[in-house]
Amino acid sequence: MTALHLAVALDGAGWHPAAWRSPAARPRDLFAATYWKSLVAEAERGRLDFVTFNDSLTLQSADHFAPDQRTDQVRGRLDATLIAARVAPASDRIGLVPVATATHTEPFHVSKAIATLDYVSTGRAGVQIRSGGLAGEPALFGRREFPALSAEALQSPQIQQLITERFDETADFIEVIRRLWDSWEDDAEIRDAATGRFIDRDKLHYIDFKGRWFSVRGPSITPRPPQGQPLVTVLGHGLVPYRLAARQADVLFVTPQDAAHGRQILDEVRGETDATGRGEQLLVFADLLVFLDADAGAAAARKARLDEWDGAELFSDAQIFTGTPVALADRIQELGELGFDGVRLRPGVLPADLTVLVESVVPELGRRGLFQPRYDRPTLRDRLGFARPASRYLLANGSAR
Amino acid sequence: MTGPRKQIVLGAYLGGVNHHTVWSDPAAGSQIAFSSFKHVARTAERGKFDFFFLAEGLVLRERLGRIFDQDVIGRPDTLTVLAALADVTDHLGLVATLNSTFNEPFELARQLASLDHLSGGRAGWNIVTSSDAFTGANFRRGGFLRREDRYVRAQEFLAIARRLWNSWADDDVVADQQSGRFLRRPDAGAFAFAGQQFEVSGRFSVPRSPQGQPVILQAGVSPEGRDFAAGGGPDAIFSPYWTLAEAQPFYRDIQQRAAAHGRPPGSVKILPSGAFVLGDTEADAIERHHEITREQISGRGAQILLETVWNRDLSGYDPDGPLPDVDPEPEAPLVIQGRARLHQNVFETVARWRAIAEENDYSLRQLAIHEFGHAEFVGTPTQIADRLDSFVQNDGSDGFILGSHLTPGGLDEFVDRVVPLLQERGSLRAEYEGTTLRDNLGLPAPASPATRAAG
Ligand SMILES: Cc1cc2nc3c(=O)[nH]c(=O)nc-3n(C[C@H](O)[C@H](O)[C@H](O)COP(=O)(O)O)c2cc1C
Repeated sequence: MTALHLAVALDGAGWHPAAWRSPAARPRDLFAATYWKSLVAEAERGRLDFVTFNDSLTLQSADHFAPDQRTDQVRGRLDATLIAARVAPASDRIGLVPVATATHTEPFHVSKAIATLDYVSTGRAGVQIRSGGLAGEPALFGRREFPALSAEALQSPQIQQLITERFDETADFIEVIRRLWDSWEDDAEIRDAATGRFIDRDKLHYIDFKGRWFSVRGPSITPRPPQGQPLVTVLGHGLVPYRLAARQADVLFVTPQDAAHGRQILDEVRGETDATGRGEQLLVFADLLVFLDADAGAAAARKARLDEWDGAELFSDAQIFTGTPVALADRIQELGELGFDGVRLRPGVLPADLTVLVESVVPELGRRGLFQPRYDRPTLRDRLGFARPASRYLLANGSAR
Repeated sequence: MTGPRKQIVLGAYLGGVNHHTVWSDPAAGSQIAFSSFKHVARTAERGKFDFFFLAEGLVLRERLGRIFDQDVIGRPDTLTVLAALADVTDHLGLVATLNSTFNEPFELARQLASLDHLSGGRAGWNIVTSSDAFTGANFRRGGFLRREDRYVRAQEFLAIARRLWNSWADDDVVADQQSGRFLRRPDAGAFAFAGQQFEVSGRFSVPRSPQGQPVILQAGVSPEGRDFAAGGGPDAIFSPYWTLAEAQPFYRDIQQRAAAHGRPPGSVKILPSGAFVLGDTEADAIERHHEITREQISGRGAQILLETVWNRDLSGYDPDGPLPDVDPEPEAPLVIQGRARLHQNVFETVARWRAIAEENDYSLRQLAIHEFGHAEFVGTPTQIADRLDSFVQNDGSDGFILGSHLTPGGLDEFVDRVVPLLQERGSLRAEYEGTTLRDNLGLPAPASPATRAAG
């Protein structure tokens, strides 16, 4: 089996809603740069491929469909792209992948923000694009209306249709940010004093995107970023997002609950990538939410105490793992044997579970040959084994030159 | 003068996307690499500047329907580069020019509050309102906003942003691990606003930032712009006035308008923006200035600069010959797209230019250099220090936003040679006093809102 890729998803005090109450947490630092710098430094110490920074536009809520009134969980979050930019000069090798929301935002702004993240991190930028959630988000912008949601409404054909459309819109969104990254060829800046030309304008391209939801002319105001195309990632829980990923993403995060489910997901994703012909170009990562301790009982007890504080058993879209580093390595090995390209671990409590991960899980995976950090490769794309793509416009015009 | 000396406010801009940057200079570096931004920001901090400033343009300029290739183009995303600069500086304010037409208040307020947190209270926002269908072609919104509506939108935009920043009180995040209380009250961040341009509601997702609110800057000198600046609450305003004769009345006018709105003296800073050229002697400086303007404005460049006013293709006119003998065509489709229109009455402008050209026997290019090529401060370090200081001490402005023709090393010379002179006079700090941009500027922190019920 070839080695796996390893990523960590960062969110607040950790992925358990009561994580902030853990003695190991630093809840007063959640909005300070030092906190994020120390987390990223820790992940970099473990030579992980990349970290993601979770985000959403709405305030966190325990109710999936509406804001809640709870005062006992972390509320408040900084913009993920700006956190990533803030830590970029303080880190050296690790990939930085913030979540950005489509649907309400401008692809032009997102494109240049991620391109700039690629500049400030010298080739380590990516983005996790999420479609705008229906609940609460449209009212923040006041530009679009979506029907009110509930668990039952979610099953109606009308809402299902709407969700499919939203993912189609997200596919357009990604298409536009990618075209904008390509809209300057790499060597467009010529500084030709003899002719007085700063750029060769034949190497700049209007993207002229016209879609159902928006149109964008381009080119970008930001030159092509160091990686050409920063890494595009998507989290998906079903066929509709898998289709989006197959069309537009480099990495897809999925949430297998067990081996059978993992196999089923991989089959479904393969079905979608076969249809697009992008099979090799999409890496599939399994997400796991983890509580780690040297002793399996201690990890479970730690989680149980957090559940008790929160007044409910932890619920997550991802499978929840409690146990020892060796047991987690076993689980990761199984995922690798199923055919996943990597895993993204969501620490239950930060920084505690990240630290165990770095100090114990990573070396264990290394011993088994399951993880070989590629910190000799400077860009995130390199590290994941992707070539640096040429601008699509260069390819389109190649024969004319 | 009696009493303490006014402290000079200093901002630094990175010579970006315009004909001022001499990109052909062997010492010219990248206008896009982070190392350039880092260099200028660190130099400014070494010189105890108040802030680093970034302009914005959301579309590449065109001439006759083709991308303009003569000047520096290509710039990063403003907020992203400022967030990264927060890591390599400790005291410097980080001011972003951001457009109210092609952004949404919730998103921008959230980003600015995030930048304020991530920089420990150093964020600022220069509000601009430019809108045309040309820029709009890059955005969902398109370019349909009428001129009047732009200001309605800008006013509402700022009102919403402030409401969002005020939706959390300083002490709303309790984070008490013992009691299990994270939030002081269940509705922190709740907001609703209904106006002509916006109807928005929900909960703001960023707790109150170190400055409470980022510092607000504004550019514009029209009566509406002045009232907005004085009453609407910007903390600083750009002015285009360079002579004391013009600057003092503007300064007084803004202070009076601010006072009429109940704002304390000094709560609106006035800051002209401009470039400097230094020399060992005055003659040196003038000679260097001539060289720089010749580099900035080629014959071809001169035709193009005049096209922004004539609005017709002037490529057939000899740059070393007389001004074009034709009238401007303001109603024709734009020759140059994506550049701010600076001249309201182009016929007047052309008449004025003809008079200047005739009086000085200027060619087309010489006129362009005269009109577009000036650096605002030319002289020896002592002369420039004198001029900046006396301008401020005599209420021409509160300070300046300075740039140079050379990216990224141009500011070094100013910091090495002029800053010590200003410090000797006691007009510029020797050390930073506080940690936030508001501290630097001597602006009060906005009061934290109490609970919603009490307010
Ligand atoms: C010093 C100064 C700097 C400005 N910087 C920018 C800028 O970076 N980006 C931008 O789009 N507009 C910029 N503007 C333009 C103004 O925001 C405004 O759009 C312009 O003055 C025209 O205003 P009007 O449309 O009300 O006449 C600047 C204006 C001034 C005076």
